Amino acid sequence: MASASKSDIISTLRDDILRIEGFKRPVLSGSSSNLGLFKNAFPNATFPTGCIHEFLSEKPEDLAATAGFVVGLLSNLMGEQGTCLWISTARKIFPPALKSFGLEPEQFIFIDLKNEKEVQWAMNEALRCKAITAVVGELTDIAFNDSRRLQLAVDQSEVTGFVIRYRNKHNNHSTASVSRWKITPRMSEAIDDLPGVGFPTWHVELLRVRNGKPTTWQVQWREGKFVPLEREVFEIKERKRQWG
Amino acid sequence: MSNRFVSIWFRYLRTDWFTIRSPHLKDTPVVLSAPVHGRMIITGTNTLAESKGIERGMALADARAILPHLEVFNDIPDLPERLLRKLAEWCIRFSPIVAIDSPDGLLIDATGCSHLWGGDDQYAEAITKKLNARGYHVRVAMADTIGVAWGMARFGKESLIITAENHPSAFMSLPPEGLRIEDEISERLHKLGLHTVSEFINMPRSSLLRRFGKEFMTRLDMALGAEIEMMQPVIPLEPYQQRLPCLEPIVTLTGIEIALQQLLETLCGRLQEEQKGLRSAVFVCYRVDGKVERVNISTSRPSRNVNHLFKLFGEKLSGIEPDLGIELFVLSAPKVEEHLPAQESMWKSLGGLKDSRLSELVDRLTNRIGLNAVQRYLPDEHYWPERSFRQATSLSEEPTANYQVGKVRPLQLLRTPEVIEVTAPIPDYPPMLFRYKNKVHQIVKADGPERIEQEWWIQGGQHRDYYRVEDEEGNRYWIFRLGHYHDKTYRWFLHGFFA
Repeated sequence: MASASKSDIISTLRDDILRIEGFKRPVLSGSSSNLGLFKNAFPNATFPTGCIHEFLSEKPEDLAATAGFVVGLLSNLMGEQGTCLWISTARKIFPPALKSFGLEPEQFIFIDLKNEKEVQWAMNEALRCKAITAVVGELTDIAFNDSRRLQLAVDQSEVTGFVIRYRNKHNNHSTASVSRWKITPRMSEAIDDLPGVGFPTWHVELLRVRNGKPTTWQVQWREGKFVPLEREVFEIKERKRQWG
Repeated sequence: MSNRFVSIWFRYLRTDWFTIRSPHLKDTPVVLSAPVHGRMIITGTNTLAESKGIERGMALADARAILPHLEVFNDIPDLPERLLRKLAEWCIRFSPIVAIDSPDGLLIDATGCSHLWGGDDQYAEAITKKLNARGYHVRVAMADTIGVAWGMARFGKESLIITAENHPSAFMSLPPEGLRIEDEISERLHKLGLHTVSEFINMPRSSLLRRFGKEFMTRLDMALGAEIEMMQPVIPLEPYQQRLPCLEPIVTLTGIEIALQQLLETLCGRLQEEQKGLRSAVFVCYRVDGKVERVNISTSRPSRNVNHLFKLFGEKLSGIEPDLGIELFVLSAPKVEEHLPAQESMWKSLGGLKDSRLSELVDRLTNRIGLNAVQRYLPDEHYWPERSFRQATSLSEEPTANYQVGKVRPLQLLRTPEVIEVTAPIPDYPPMLFRYKNKVHQIVKADGPERIEQEWWIQGGQHRDYYRVEDEEGNRYWIFRLGHYHDKTYRWFLHGFFA
């Protein structure tokens, strides 16, 4: 009896710690059902929303892949009514392309700013606004204190924030974000063995996650969903291609 | 409440202006002259010159004979209009309705204004004092009708503040010229021995009408208040405007904030009653030294939320320089739209583009970083990639067209395509490799070409042949060739990155 209550206490304490760290118990599990692929890497086995995710990318090609992955996540989070603010200093997103990720470009509000300081200010303001679903910010770097500030802003508003750190030499210092990802493009798989470029395919690395386990996936964006690439099948096909 | 009007007569408007510009003229007789039919005729005098018997319309040579040391200046033809316009704008501090009364006066609709100065006498005195301090000789009269105020300002003998009880007697004592009638008619009245209004006002209307014409009767009725006289205000009235005059000039930010808060509360109260919301607002501060400070805001959706609007202004208030102090605050809303309360309560928990919290956020952002920084895009019916979308004018604008979804488009598009070096085997075949930023990319997979023609009615130039390519590392690009392969003038560009 005594031991049972002890384990109860421990599990509630664990929940409390998770809550303090920015992971909330899922309120609507249906909204992020397509993200089931990634959920096991996170505590509570749910993809965390209402927190800050961080992405590292170096080259413009990586940035495109990262943007694609983020847009894929957004299409699972936003639904029909949601809105997203995309804040950056050198925006390259081509609105019509959002359509192919199942999103309505009208639901996006793009904010083009002159410098990083303004981006951080705008993100801070936007993350406090409960009426929006997600905020994406493109930055070269973010200091620990600034990331902490962003995390505090989302604590109250339940908005999900995505920070893309782009072209930064000292990418490795720690921040207050809940997770850190790195997305790189990888060779696409031929569709039905036809020649030509296949579906968007990425090498997704979850480098760091608080209280979860870092994992890597090979993911394809296919018919509005994240689909894992089966490694063996992929490798066989690769080999076939190389041998001709 | 009866109407109250103030007429200001600038007796020496033009010479006063010359004296203000060069103060040493104060103690010398000054005249202005202009050529009329080959002669120099005097068009304006100051007090000193007038006391020596020099009048308007006199030849300059005659005046020189009377006073040899006369100061003569060339008259500036449109000077009175410009001066009066400026003075009228300055007089807005006394009442929102100020009109120019050519050629040498101003009219102010002072209805309900004078109590702010503590009464009619103090009101007229304040106007006189302030204008005197600026260097103008003025006569200020106040009455229930424009006609009497005008007449008293020019011909009144005793008190120029005509109360409602004194109105008939003041009117009776006016000479015919005080009725703003043609010189010819007033001369005829004098010839007939009718030197004041009282002498002919009791005559039968029909005979007055027959002898002096319709214009004369209208002027008489206007002065009596039987006919309404319209004024043409210098600044058109803002229908949504609130004013806050201050007894003491305000110099601190806290003071300005209190004033703004008060004005916003009254304005938003009124908007609430009429179910409207403002889209733009101007906060104007009139300074003691005659300068004007103003702050503009605009909102993306009609709003009457005091806190939100105050926040929008708040960021810009620190830019106001009170200097010696601000004596009048005016808040006006030039752009007002319907705003039904149902809009606010709907979808409170759901969010989305219709949410007022989102529009308030957008307002805050645009207010701080400018209107062009915040953008939303709608589809536009063009194939040319750069033109396939357009900016939305508001948050609530609905798309009128559809995006073309048949062809795959890159998630990231470069603002201007970048030149690349390409090796392509034969025409219309995808390239084998390309060099971008000094790195060679071997192309493994490719789709294309997809030809997009220029829209000749918008812009001339060559067509583009687009290829979707993937290199050996898995990076996916959108590249195109500008022009025909066999023309030898083609060039290759990188235009975007696929996810």
